[in-house]
Amino acid sequence: MAVLRVKFTKDKRDKLAQVLWILNWISVVTGAILFSLGIFLKVEINKRWELMAEKDIQYVPNMLIAVGLLACGINFLGGKICYDCVDTTKFLRWKLIMLPYIICTFFFTFCVLVGALMCYGMQSELEDALTMGLSEAMRFYKDTDTPGRCFLKRSMDMLQIEFKCCGNTGFRDWFQIQWISSRYLDTSQKEVVDRLRSNVEGKYLMDGVPFSCCNSNSPRPCIQWQITNSSAHFNYDYQTEELNLWMKGCRQALLDYYNHIMRSIGLTLSVLTGVRYLQTSLENVLRQGDPNCESDGWLLENSFVETARSNLNIIKNLGKCVLEEQFAVCAFMDLCLHTVCLVNNLN
Amino acid sequence: MAVGKVTFTKAEREKLAQLLWLLNWISVLTGVILFSLGLFLRVEIQKRQEVMSDQEILYVPHMLITTGLVACCINFLGGKICYECTDTSKFLRWKLVLLPYIVCTFFFTFCVLVGALMCYSIRNQLEESLFLGLRNAMRYYKDTDTPGRCFLKRTVDLLQMQFQCCGNAGYRDWFHVQWISNRYLDMTSSDVRDRLRSNVEGKYLMDGVPFSCCSTLSPRPCIQQQVTNNSAHYNYRHQTEQLNLWRRGCRQALLDHYTSIMRSIGLIVLLIWLFELLVLTGVRYLQTAMENVLRLGNPDCESDGWILENSLAETARSNFNIIKNLGKCYQVDDDPNINPVS
Repeated sequence: MAVLRVKFTKDKRDKLAQVLWILNWISVVTGAILFSLGIFLKVEINKRWELMAEKDIQYVPNMLIAVGLLACGINFLGGKICYDCVDTTKFLRWKLIMLPYIICTFFFTFCVLVGALMCYGMQSELEDALTMGLSEAMRFYKDTDTPGRCFLKRSMDMLQIEFKCCGNTGFRDWFQIQWISSRYLDTSQKEVVDRLRSNVEGKYLMDGVPFSCCNSNSPRPCIQWQITNSSAHFNYDYQTEELNLWMKGCRQALLDYYNHIMRSIGLTLSVLTGVRYLQTSLENVLRQGDPNCESDGWLLENSFVETARSNLNIIKNLGKCVLEEQFAVCAFMDLCLHTVCLVNNLN
Repeated sequence: MAVGKVTFTKAEREKLAQLLWLLNWISVLTGVILFSLGLFLRVEIQKRQEVMSDQEILYVPHMLITTGLVACCINFLGGKICYECTDTSKFLRWKLVLLPYIVCTFFFTFCVLVGALMCYSIRNQLEESLFLGLRNAMRYYKDTDTPGRCFLKRTVDLLQMQFQCCGNAGYRDWFHVQWISNRYLDMTSSDVRDRLRSNVEGKYLMDGVPFSCCSTLSPRPCIQQQVTNNSAHYNYRHQTEQLNLWRRGCRQALLDHYTSIMRSIGLIVLLIWLFELLVLTGVRYLQTAMENVLRLGNPDCESDGWILENSLAETARSNFNIIKNLGKCYQVDDDPNINPVS
């Protein structure tokens, strides 16, 4: 009982071969795009490594780069095969390689699927990394004299300017940390001393934000000090003022940005499935012997269960060979057996 | 005495024609490059048009765009001609067109050179335009409620943040401009009223700058109000503080940005000009060689090719005579109907 059986006439097979040749070339291009997206993602993650806590998310861009390169190679070969497959005589040349090629493509498609799933799975890890990283960056914002943390102020400012965001979830996050270094606080002033004493940890907290939170779309000059105090500024209502500072949190802004990159990656899967049909239908042409008749194409020759069982048997036999003989001889014998079967079917 | 005389065998002529066909197609590509460079420059200038007072510098990208398009057409035609020139019979079809084509290409190549030189000479006009444009932008910074000027604040802020600059020549330019709108000034406060009265024009001037002047490299939070007042901030000396605000003026920053773009474009256009000149020389040689073949009558023999048939001085003199005779045709003295000889 074949899985997903479709009937093909000779004309349809020719058209399918041509379409698949084009699709293979599109796959090569998408493989190149995948590769460059992987490199781009790697660069982007490295740019912001200071804002991400110690999480191992480098495996995703590395996977994408490897998959992209493989896609180019495999689909380039596939394009060549499909080009030759229109002619039944040329197909004979590729017959022996077809089965290993199909197996490789299958595993490759599986890898692409795993890669796509990893991209989606990475999202939650990325969110965690960013939350922790951003809160640490904000905490160490003032430590511009501590080696190893002296660039955090600059990174945070440039991030808020570039991504048009403020704080972790919003601008209020800045009210809960001391972002002005004690070096620049006049501790002889009563005001400063009062503020330092007003909380348990002795931090200088205030309702002000750094200049990088300022919204460039605001019609009035930026209000970054005494934000919650409506009477401190003329014609200013804190509750209704939306344009003064960036309202979005940087965690959300960064997540949106990275998700946008990931979504561009999900397209390759559909292209690779079509190649299977051509390969199986052409094998059947040979089996039936008449190049002009109709033939069937399918995804799997037997049902899933039977195919799994037969494959398991093949692997078991292979395993037996490793114990008894050299593995290479065994694989060669296996291939010969398959070829003999096909030739027998042809006769 | 021909200028640059070279003898060509039949095989060499055919090779020359093939080579020129290839070079002409490469020239079509360089024409496309020229076109896209012009387009890129136009887009770059248009992006910052709000801080430029006049748009006259747009003639440089327009020149490059037209030259690029003309290059594509001329070299496409040239490729076609060279392809057919290998065969003497087909050459007859193009014989009459070839000399005007070469003259046109010569003038076109001259235009490419002019385009390249314009890229280098535009600097002064650009500086003037930027000076006036930035001054106006800073003056209208506060007018976010006036239609037509409401986006100037945003443009200036984004410009200062992107190019890491402040003001026209430096941050002090903001001290001479009222950049806070009266809508946000509390007129009942005596501070405000004193400041407004302190100058002739009644402007609210202060030693403060917008937030976009703040430098991200500063180790301390940005000081943008009372910039010149040392005692207003703890541990702050205005004279020695270098990292607090951006030191560069936006005029200089933009000028450097555009000058570097135009210099690279100018260099590429000069290289394209040299290439076009090479192609033109090749076509001229091919034309003269083929004409000499026709003159000698034997399509298989050797023939000479040259750039000019006689020396430079003689050619100039003969061309001048042609132009004079063209002029003479319309002179009254030769008209037999006036002053008839009786």
